[in-house]
This record gives sequence, C-alpha cells and structure tokens, in this order.
Amino acid sequence: MIEVRNASKSYGETLVVDDVSITLPAGGVISLIGANGAGKSTLLSMISRLLPVPAGTVTVEGMDVTTTPGDVLARHLSILRQDNQMTARLTVRDLIAFGRYPHSKGRLTVEDQGHIERVIRYLELEAVAHRFLDELSGGQRQRAFIAMVLCQDTDYVLLDEPLNNLDVKHAVAMMKLFRRTADEFRKTIILVLHDINFASCYSDRIVAMRNGRIAHQGPPEDIITPCVIRDVYGVEANIHEIDGKRVALYFR
Amino acid sequence: MPPDRRSLPPAVLIAGLGGLAAASIVLFLTVGAKGSWSFILTFRGTKVAAMVLVGYAIAMSTVLFQTITNNRILTPSIMGFDALYRLIQTVLVFQLGSAAVAGFDPRLRFGIEVAAMVAFSWLLYRWLFSGSLRGLHLLMLVGIVFGVLFRSLSGFLQRVIDPNEFLVVQDRLFASFNRVDAQLLAVSALVVLAVSVVVWRKAGVLDVLALGRDAAINLGVDHRREVMQMLVTVSILVAVSTALVGPVTFFGLLVANLAYLLVDTHRHRLILPVAALVAILVLMSGQLVLERLLGFNGALSIVIEFLGGIVFLIILVRRAAR
Repeated sequence: MIEVRNASKSYGETLVVDDVSITLPAGGVISLIGANGAGKSTLLSMISRLLPVPAGTVTVEGMDVTTTPGDVLARHLSILRQDNQMTARLTVRDLIAFGRYPHSKGRLTVEDQGHIERVIRYLELEAVAHRFLDELSGGQRQRAFIAMVLCQDTDYVLLDEPLNNLDVKHAVAMMKLFRRTADEFRKTIILVLHDINFASCYSDRIVAMRNGRIAHQGPPEDIITPCVIRDVYGVEANIHEIDGKRVALYFR
Repeated sequence: MPPDRRSLPPAVLIAGLGGLAAASIVLFLTVGAKGSWSFILTFRGTKVAAMVLVGYAIAMSTVLFQTITNNRILTPSIMGFDALYRLIQTVLVFQLGSAAVAGFDPRLRFGIEVAAMVAFSWLLYRWLFSGSLRGLHLLMLVGIVFGVLFRSLSGFLQRVIDPNEFLVVQDRLFASFNRVDAQLLAVSALVVLAVSVVVWRKAGVLDVLALGRDAAINLGVDHRREVMQMLVTVSILVAVSTALVGPVTFFGLLVANLAYLLVDTHRHRLILPVAALVAILVLMSGQLVLERLLGFNGALSIVIEFLGGIVFLIILVRRAAR
C-alpha cells in the first residue's frame, strides 16, 4: 500500500501538488490521468523519491520514502521517468542487467541471469538485445527501459507515460504485459497515461488530477463519464460501451 | 549470438595499449641518449614517473567528472581549478617575491597548493550542491564564474608585478615535466594510489551513476552522497597533477574521449585503465616529439593542445554526422 498524506510541492509561487492525500492499495493497475500540468508526474516523482517531499509524508509498505535507505526502497519500488537520455554506451542487455543492481550490486547471479532472459523474452527484445541503445528506434529504446524496471522485480512499478513512442501494436502489448504482471505476480503498476481509453480498458482504478489535487478516483466505470472528463480535461466526450469497456470519443 | 561490436576484445586492447605505453617509455628513456647511462636513466626516469602519474591522474579525474555530470565534453577544469592554480602562483610571487618562492620547501608549497584547491572545491560543493541535476549545473556555472574571477585577479596582479617577476610567474604557468621534484612524486604517487583504491571499489556505483540521476536513484544509489564523494576525489586528483606539472587542460578531454572510442562499454573497470594507458601513451609520445623533434622549443601543453584540439574536433564532427 502506498500512502500519501498532505503532500505539497511548489515550483516558485506555483503549487504543483496541492495538499494531496491518497491511499493506493497493493495489487492491480492504477492509472493517473489529468491535463498537462495537473501534477501527475510530480506526484509520481515524490512517491518514488526522485523529488524531495517538502510537506507531508509518503510511505510505501509503511516505509517513509524520504528516510528509508535508497537501496532498501529500490527492492520494493521502481520508477521510470519520461525522458531517458544517457551518455554511456550501453547494449539493451547491459541496460536490463542494471535492473538487478539493487539485488546483486553488479555481480550477476544465475537467478539474475534468469530474470534478465525472461524480461527480454516478455518484451520481445531478443533480436535487439545485443544492440547499442543509440542504434535503436524510440519505441525499441522505450521498451528496453521498461524492461530494466521490470527486471528490478519490485512490488511497485511506477511508470511515467510508458506508452510514449510506442506504436499501436506495442502500446497494446505493453498494457497487456502490465495487466499480466499485475495479475500473475501480484504487482502494483502505477502509470501516468495520456490516453484515457487505454486507462479505461486496462486499469483497475483511475485517479484523475486537476490543478495539483486529486479530482476524482475510482474504477473506470465511475471515472470515464462525460461529467468527469469535462471536469478534468474541459472537453466534451461521448462515452460508448464496447465489449464491456468504456470508450470515450472526444475527437470532435 | 555474437555481439556486433567493432572494438577489440578488452583483454587484447589493454594488453596492446600496455605494450605500446611500455614501448613509448623505453623509447623515451633511450632515444638520443649520450653519456653516462646511470645519469640518463635517473634524469629521464623521474620525468617518466611524473608523466605516468600525471597522465593517470588526469585520465581518471576526467572520466569520473564526465560520468557524474553525464557529459562527455566537460573537464574538471570547468570548475576553475586551473585558474585557482594560476592565482596561487601569482599571489605567491607577488607577495613574497620570486626568490622567496624559489627558496620554499617544495613539499610545503605542494601541500599548500593541493590543500587550497581541494578546500576551495569542497566549500563550493558544500555550499551549492543540493543533489538535483540543476544543482550540478549550477555548481558548474558558479565554477566557471569563479574561474573567470581567479583569471582576472591573476591577470591584474601580473600586470602590476615587476616585469622580471612576471617572467618567473609565466614560466610556472606552463605545464612542464622538466622541473618535477622527485620527493613530491613519491607523495603524489601515494595520494593517487589511495584514491585509486577507493575509485576501483566504487566502479560498480560509477557504472550506475553514468545512467543519470533518476535511474541511479531508482536503482538505490545514494546519488547525492556518491556524487559529492566523486567530486572530492576528482579535486584531489586534479590538484595533485596540477601542483606537480601545472595546468594541462585539454589533455583529459582528449584521452577520455579516445578511451570511449576504443572500448565500446559502460564499465568503468575497463574505461579507467584504457583511459590511463592512452594518457600515458599520448604524454610519452608528445614529450618525445617535443624533446627530440622540436628540440625542446616549446612546452608540452602546446603540443598536446594543438594535436588534442584537432582530434577532438574530428570526434565532435563525426558524432554530429552520425
């Protein structure tokens, strides 16, 4: 369980996260949605200790993220941000192997190798595993980075816009993989998503943010409604139910 | 599946570079030797030891600095080290006169220079480095500003100083391996060795730091503490090499980038030795060219910065084209 209590964060005068309190239960896929600048990424960064928590507290499984040693937390929670530029020249396999660092501190065991091979297979990266990251397309690189955090094998996986750069086929495959990881291995996957229909079709729970606050939260059927979408994004949407999933049409 | 790497296997590469470096040392010791061997070997041996030590220290400090800043075209000199060294030399001569400075116990002067440079950088880090990436950039920016300040101050002092004294100062500000004190070499070697042990044990952490701040924190590395520690390590290495032979700015940039070209890997346990060997090789051949072909007409830094500048431009242009 992740508990956020009265967390706030401001950049200069602007409050980006405004006194947020929320409890995210363990297990399942949770999507964070909201307009640009609503504070989704900042909240995710605070939960994952990439940003300090100037006010309030954040605990993961009872561990305060600001005081728990980083290497302990790294075995419970992993985070992937949006832009992942690096100067080091790495192959895909090297990058994925780094996911085992919290467990083996760089000396890979047989078990680690097993994890690495499995993740490479899951993400269909076999063909490019030996290639350097700077020789890959944006989508392949994105999948390699996701593979690294999945290889970390933590109970909580936080991903900031993981579908960036992915084509439809790979976006669907990625969401299915998250679903499967959550269902089979009892992991908690927390995603920042821009595509509300992906959020609707694959999440157990959706959290909608507006102006640094939690505006709405609940299962997809409560969130994907014309009223909530108007409130969060300020656009009119028609909601259709197709094969038991709610789909929002907001293109006109 | 065979990896499609173009570079040589690491063991071959290191053995090859090691062989070349050893050959350059032997050449340097023997080419054009006339007269008593015992004199020549002692005389040139000191120079060789200084070059090996300085090359090693500069290569290592540059690679470390580039790893923690995630930038491959920076050198630690951006933090104003060279400028501080210039200022210390100028102030010493200005205040005490060249005769008094020359009469100093070299160990004392060395100690003061190293201590001043390390203390300066440590204070700067403590003051400015909050742990964020912006903090690191701010730190470098302030380092540049301090560098300009130090340069202007020493420029001012050099203008008002007695012209004869100015010549002494100027001579001290060119990197040169011809005036290295053997006693200082031993002390420096010990310091560099101690630092190397720390760095070698941290090689795994360095690999992670090279992934960038967010990824390093995600993998459980205490980013702020490790970066601080590495920054201090870098200042010690730069301070030692600068106090030994004077500022060699461009050199580190050159050898670090050559090392990255030679070893297609992220692992510091390979990059660091290769960079060090390249550094020794370049320094030795540079000095050989300087002494035997140019007949000592110039300082080593001139040769290195001329060739280094060309090589570096080629690297940049090639990368831009890719």
